[in-house]
Parts: sequence; C-alpha cells; structure tokens
Amino acid sequence: MNPFSSGTRLRDMIRAIRACKTAAEERAVVRKECAAIRAAISENDQDYRHRNLAKLMFIHMLGYPTHFGQMECLKLIASAGFPEKRIGYLGLMLLLDERQEVLMLVTNSLKQDLNHSNQYIVGLALCALGNICSAEMARDLAPEVERLLQTRDPNIRKKAALCSIRIIRKVPDLAENFMGPAASLLKEKHHGVLIAGVQLCTDLCKASTDALEYLRKNCTEGLVRILRDVSNSPYAPEYDIAGITDPFLHIRALRLMRMLGQGDADSSEYMNDILAQVATKTESNKNAGNAILYECVETIMGIEATSGLRVLAINILGRFLSNRDNNIRYVALNMLMKAVTVDFQAVQRHRTTILECVKDSDASIRKRALELVFLLVNDNNVKSLTKELIDYLEVSDQDFKGDLTAKICSIVEKFSQEKLWYIDQMFKVLSLAGNYVKDDVWHALIVMISNAPDLQGYSVRSLYKAFQTSNEQESLVRVTVWCIGEYGEMLVNNVGVLEMEEPMTVTESDAVDVVEVALKRHSSDIKTRAMSLVALLKISSRFPPTSERIREIVMQHKENVELELQQRSIEFNSIIQRHQNIKSSLVERMPVLDESTYIGKRVGSSQATLPADKSSRPTSGSPGASLKLPNGVAKPPPAPLVDLLDLSSDDVPAPTSSATDFLHDLLGGDLMSPSSSGGAGTDILMDLLSIGSPSAPTDVSIRNTISSNQGNAGEPKTAPASVMDLLDGLPSNSSLPGDKNPIYPSITAFESSTLKVTFSFTKQPGKPQNTMIQATFTNLSSNTYTDFIFQAAVPKFIQLRLDPASSSTLPASGNGTITQMLSVTNSQHGQKALAMRLRIVYKVNDQDKMEQGQINNFPPGL
Amino acid sequence: MIHFVILISRQGKVRLTKWYSPYSQKERTKVIRELSGMILTRGPKLCNFVEWKGYKVVYRRYASLYFCMCIDADDNELEILEIIHHFVEILDRYFGSVCELDLIFNFHKAYYILDEILIAGELQESSKKTVARLIAAQDSLVETAKEQASSISNMIAQATK
Repeated sequence: MNPFSSGTRLRDMIRAIRACKTAAEERAVVRKECAAIRAAISENDQDYRHRNLAKLMFIHMLGYPTHFGQMECLKLIASAGFPEKRIGYLGLMLLLDERQEVLMLVTNSLKQDLNHSNQYIVGLALCALGNICSAEMARDLAPEVERLLQTRDPNIRKKAALCSIRIIRKVPDLAENFMGPAASLLKEKHHGVLIAGVQLCTDLCKASTDALEYLRKNCTEGLVRILRDVSNSPYAPEYDIAGITDPFLHIRALRLMRMLGQGDADSSEYMNDILAQVATKTESNKNAGNAILYECVETIMGIEATSGLRVLAINILGRFLSNRDNNIRYVALNMLMKAVTVDFQAVQRHRTTILECVKDSDASIRKRALELVFLLVNDNNVKSLTKELIDYLEVSDQDFKGDLTAKICSIVEKFSQEKLWYIDQMFKVLSLAGNYVKDDVWHALIVMISNAPDLQGYSVRSLYKAFQTSNEQESLVRVTVWCIGEYGEMLVNNVGVLEMEEPMTVTESDAVDVVEVALKRHSSDIKTRAMSLVALLKISSRFPPTSERIREIVMQHKENVELELQQRSIEFNSIIQRHQNIKSSLVERMPVLDESTYIGKRVGSSQATLPADKSSRPTSGSPGASLKLPNGVAKPPPAPLVDLLDLSSDDVPAPTSSATDFLHDLLGGDLMSPSSSGGAGTDILMDLLSIGSPSAPTDVSIRNTISSNQGNAGEPKTAPASVMDLLDGLPSNSSLPGDKNPIYPSITAFESSTLKVTFSFTKQPGKPQNTMIQATFTNLSSNTYTDFIFQAAVPKFIQLRLDPASSSTLPASGNGTITQMLSVTNSQHGQKALAMRLRIVYKVNDQDKMEQGQINNFPPGL
Repeated sequence: MIHFVILISRQGKVRLTKWYSPYSQKERTKVIRELSGMILTRGPKLCNFVEWKGYKVVYRRYASLYFCMCIDADDNELEILEIIHHFVEILDRYFGSVCELDLIFNFHKAYYILDEILIAGELQESSKKTVARLIAAQDSLVETAKEQASSISNMIAQATK
C-alpha cells in the first residue's frame, strides 16, 4: 500500500483543518490532502474511495477547487454497493451542476439504478435526477420516472412525483404524459405522496394549459375533499405542527385551488365553502396558522370569489397589518398589493397604517410599504401623501433615499394638477435629496419651468433661497444656475411676484455670487461647472455692469484641465470682450421647450406602473396630444429640442416665440421664417454646386427675428465669420414636428426677367416626408426657348427625383408652359426645411443660356 | 420553488449548501458572499425576509447558524419558515440536541436528511417520523455493508498472511 495514500479519516482531517490558525496553514493542510486524494485516484484505489470523496466534499465546501474528483463520483455511482452509491450520488449533486457535460455520463448508471431491486437505491437515483438533471437527461429518463409513479412503495412514488416536477420544468412538452398519473396521485392517503402529487399538479398547470383544463375538470372535487379532510381531521401526532394537522398540505392544496379556480367561475363556486371554513377556523397565534391564512387570502384574491369571501379576506389582512410581528406585517403589505386591484377602497382605508410602515425601522417593510403607497396614490390624496413622503425624506436612511426620491418624483409628475404645486414639491425634493434625483427628472422640471412664464420669477427666487441653505445637492445647484442664467433679471427686479412670497432684494452681484459659488465649489462636477459658465455668460448679457467681473471669473478657467471647461472659458471670454454687439443675441431667452415632445420621449422609456383605473393625467395645460397613457408606451416623436438641454451643444440662440403658449409648441411652433432656413440651405448647398459666393448673407443660426420680449427688431444680420467658427454646425431650428396643415401655397421659386418658375405642392397623407412638386416654367421673353433643361440640386438629407418634363420647348411670352414633376423626400422632415438650387439651360436663337438661382421660400413644414 | 439552501455560521463560514437551480461555481461563491453580507448584518428584531435580485431570501437564526432559503417572489414566505423549522427539528431528533459541531463533522449526514425533505426545491415529506425512519433504514444498510466488507477483508487478510 502506498504510504502516502490517504490514511487520515474524515474526522481527523476536519479536526486538522479547524485547528489551523491562519488561512495559509489551512491552505497547506488542504493541499496535502488534495495531493493524497489525487494520488489515490490515479491509483484507482478502491478501499478509500468512499472516504476520499467525503473529504473532497468537505474541501469543496471550504471553497477550494475540486474538479479532479468528478470522475470519482461516477465510479462510485457505478459500484454495486449501497454505501458507495449513496456517497457517489451525494458527491455528484454537490460537485457538479447541470451545465457540465460530465453529467451526461451518469445517465446510464441512473437508468440502471432506476430499475434496481433495492428501493433505497431507486430512491437515491430519483433524488439525484430530481435535483440536478439537465434537459436531455430528463427526456431520456422520463419514461422510467413515469413508470415509477405507480410503484407500490409510497416513498418511491413521492420521490418520482417530485422528480417529474423537475422533468416538466426542464421539458414542458412532456407535461401531457404526466397528466393522468398526477390526477390519480390525488387519491392517495399517504401525506408525503399527496403533497408531492398536489405540487406536481400545480406545476403541470403552470406548464401547459391543456393540463390545467384537464385537472380543473377532473380534480377540483378531489382537491376540495383533500382540504376538507385535513382541515377537519382529529389530532394526528405524526403531522401535527402547532395544533394544526399538516399545514404544508393545507398550503399546497390552497395553492393548487388558486390555479384551478383562477378565471373559472364554476370551480371557484365549488371552493367557496371550504375557503370560508379555513379562513375562519384557522387560529392565527402561531406561524403555521398564519401561513395557512396567508395562502388562503391569496387564493381568495386569486379566484372569482363571492363578495362575502372577499370581505373576509380583507379583514384578515387588516388584522395582519396591525400585528406587531414584523413578518406578519411584511406579508400583509405584500398581500395588500394584490388586493389593490381587487378592492381599491378597502385598501385605501388602511392608508395611514401603510404610511407608518414606510417609516418603519425594517428595510424590507419600508420597501414594500413604499411600493404599496405608490399604488394607492390618486388625485384626492396625492397632496397629503406627498407631503408625508417628503417629510420622511428628510430623515430617511441613505440607502432608502434613492428609492424614495425616485418614487416621489414620479408621483409628483404623474399627478400634478397645478404647476405651482409641482414646482414647489420638486424644489423641496431637490433641496433634501438632490443628489439622488435622476437627470431626466430635473430636465423635466426645467422644461416645466420654461413653459410656465408666470411662475418663472417665483421659481428663480425660490431656488435662490434654497441655494443659500442646501447648496450641496448637485441637481439643485444645476437647476438654480440654469434658472438664474435664464431669468436673472426676474430675480433682481422682482418680476412676477406671487402673493404669498416674502419680499426679497437680490442685487445683480448677489446673483453672480451664487453662480460663482457653484462654479468654484469643490464638489461640483464638470456638468455643473459647464452650466455655470454658460449661466455667467447669460448674466453678463442681462446685467451689463457685471460683465467685467464675470469675465474675470470666466478667465480663471482658461487653463482648466477639462477640455470642455477650458474651451468654454476661452470662447466666452472672447465673446464678452470682443463681440458685444452680438452677445445679447447669442444669449437670448431660450424658446419654450416643447413639453409634449420631451415628456412623450420620457414616457416612452419610463416604466411607471399605475393602477389601471387612474385616468391619465398629463401636466396641466398641455393639450394631451402625444402625452397620453403614462402607463402605456407613447411612441417618442423626434425631439430635436432635447438637444437644447444637452449642455454640450449649448446656447443655441434660436429666435424666441412671441407667446409662450402650449398650443404653440404642439403645433411645432413654426418659429423660423423660411428665409433663415434658406440661409442654412445656402450653406449646405454651397458645397454641392460650388457656385461662387453665397448670395444671401450666411447667418446660420444667429438670426434675430422679431421678438417682442427683447424688442430688438432691427438687429443687423451681419455675422462675422469668427463667430461662425465658434458656433459652427448648430442646427437651425426650422419647422418642428406637429405641423398638421396639409395645404401648402404655391410659390414662385425663381423669377428673372426672362423666366419664371412656380412650384405647387402636394403631399400624400401619411407620408409627411414626401412632397410632390409640380414645377411650371413660363417664358417671359419674346423669344422661344428650345432644349430647355431644368436641373436641381438638393442638400444631402433630401432625395430628389425628377420626372421627364412635358416638353423641351418653351413658347415665348407666356403662351405656353412646361411642367415637370419633382418628387422630394426630406429625411429630416420636421427638423430641416427644404432647400433647392436650380439651374436652367436653354437655347435662344442658337445661343446657350443658363440661369440659376436658389429657392428660399419653400413653405415651412415640407 | 426553493432555489437554494445555505447554512452559514455567525462568522460567515459555510456549513451546508444545496442548489436546486443552475449556478456555476463562480456564481455560487458570489451569491454566498452577497447573502452573507446582507443577512449577517441584519438586526435581531427585523423580519426574516430579505429581497434580493427579484427573489426573496427567508432566513432564521438557530443558535450560531443561519438557515437561509431563496424562493421565488410569489411563494409563501411563512411556509418556508415552517419548512426551515421542520428541517431543524428533524436534525435535532437525529443528532440529539444538534449543535453546529454535529453539522460540521457529519455534514454528509445532514445532506442525506435534507435530501429526504426537499427534492427539486419542493417539500417531500411532512412527517418527521417518516423521515427519521427512512434515514434509519438507510443508515442500517450502510452499517451492514460495512460489516460485511470488514469481515470479508478480515478473511482475505488472514488468507493472504
């Protein structure tokens, strides 16, 4: 015998390992043992295989790798004796899992053992199969297991039943084979077999609807009888737990009843009596009784129960909710979530208790209660609930704050009827837990503020006040800085004061102070600082006296390590110093952000679950067109304006809308005059046709159309090229989505002394990107044109198709016309307007002539 | 269904694990580490249920051992508490006032008992007497086999001397 073979007994090895003081010692012992075991394995040592595997299992439990032992399991399983098989199967279940291929090698041994004469060996095989078989093994051995469902030994029958459960879970197609045997298992007397049988039926119902139908038809009676018998049975010492006979059987039977009775009135009716009996008779002073009551209430809620039964169930829930035991309260909260769909009013009555649970010291209970509160919110109670939740937010734990904040924000958004209330709540949340507020929440807040002109003054003043006290909350800082930038003059000049506000004087330099603090704060991140820089630029325009000071502050960052900040700092410094004339146009008030677009996009990606009976409530004012159904999924319309809020491409000084009206936004606010879209078009087309210098002044997006707010009607349109470099590539905010007007007036696309071209438009309904244009050419001279060819060029985002012209000869003096159909597809319909250049060549008196021009006056919305 | 059963000591040492759902070895260690962290730090008065990754973990402390079972979100937590207690009582009857040391030195026997109570993550037998009887029968089979083996090897040893 090999002197190095494993002489130590299991017990001794365990003792040795436990005696180790350090991890290194333990590793040494384990290594020695593993080496011995490996040697024994390679020698194919029969005697100690049993012991070695036990040692290996212990080592495995300590966390060391033991794959070299896997084949040993197989060898042990293949041996003849019971002890070897027992430990072999145990090793198999412990050291392997179903995803390993080695497992397949066991299939044959399993098959033989399933047919063994020794019932305990059959039991071992069934147990192993039931715990770790893979789908292929399940398929292979299913017939054996089916057969075993009908053996004489109840021990084997119950193991076979549970093994079948696993087979069905792995291979649902086999469910039909087990339907019959499962139904007959319900007639058993042995509790173990009965429990296993009921469980098998439950899983069958989950796996296949056919099985569900079959069992519903054949087994409902039997099931009710089982429950009645066990509920009425006298004291049975073998199964008694806390005075109840076999609570496990009670619970399993109740669960199967729930599956069978769900959605089926007849079976539900059949179950009513026994459910009432169990609900009233079961004592609830011990856990076993409570477990049964819990399952009973779940079943009552799940089937089509009578109202009396439902009342009974809700009463039990109420009792549970006021129980002092934490487990019971947790379970009650869980049940109430399901009860909400069944009987909303009853659950509302418990609202105060549930609110108390939100503040409980137990984290699990708090979580459940918060979810339940969210389901209970409706228009009546939203204000008081939100107040309570916000009060609690102040004192809650750090790890709970995140959840709580998210829930409060979604409640506030979904149910806000007045903007003022919404803004107030959001400010409070930002002050208390701004760091936990997600980005899209405060984006929505900004959208909301920009849509509420009468509240802008109030907002900026409240934020200013809040900033003084809670400026460590990042989101609060960002919103404050943005608002001060936009509405700074409202802050200083006390514009739009509401009645309940206290008077407050803020000077211009105070406003600058706030932004400076935000900029310099140690904990501000890049985004906040970037926003602060932008805000400073805006303020320097709104409050000219502060320009110099602001310039100094901005210049402090010109060597900042962050590229974004450095760039902004230098660019803004340049603007402040040298480009005062366009500065104010650069930093005009932003256009009202299109709320419906923005919120539509959010709803599409949000997952708020609200009770079905709540009527969808978009924030007030927005004529709910695209908004609907917060619990549905709104298809997000393209949202170009969200880019406005994306601060990497900041400061798009688009022309302001004269009225900050919602309807205006919905209809796309056709803010851009066609000529400026043409301006953009010019730029793009320049490359296409490379035709000399642009004819129209290129002011890409620095147009200053009439804006009543600013009153700068006559701003020069010159755009120095240097500014263009700074602000290149900004998309011109041409006509926005939502334009519903299908009628487009014809335009004179081109007119010269000798030629006139008119375009008329038609659009097909449902294809907003396509436009059919009919071009009509009229000869204004007194000579006939021949070889008339019309060419057009369009920017890259537009596709153009020209149909053949009606003729190539154009009679003189308007005596006839040539018409030609064009078909245009604007791939950026809604974001960019059409633009086109045309070029016409013809012969006059045998001379070639060419005319070219650009079409700037396409109607918006094409 | 029960997805796995874990027994951990107060110091975080694993005494028994049984997995009824597929978890690779790496995943198992990760799960054990996470759950130990969550459960061992909970106070005594709190409820016995922890929500974890969409599942619920029901645990109960017996002396120095935490018995944890992971179940689906729609299972009956109170029943699982009863199953845990059922298991502990059977262990108690088998070992006679079971303590942690018994489970350390006789872990394989603890596994055998667990295999008589749960299969495929579902309850197998609600009668403690039946379980005890089955275990006893199998133990006696092992005893007889051992005796036979030792008597045979005695004979061979004597024969080859």
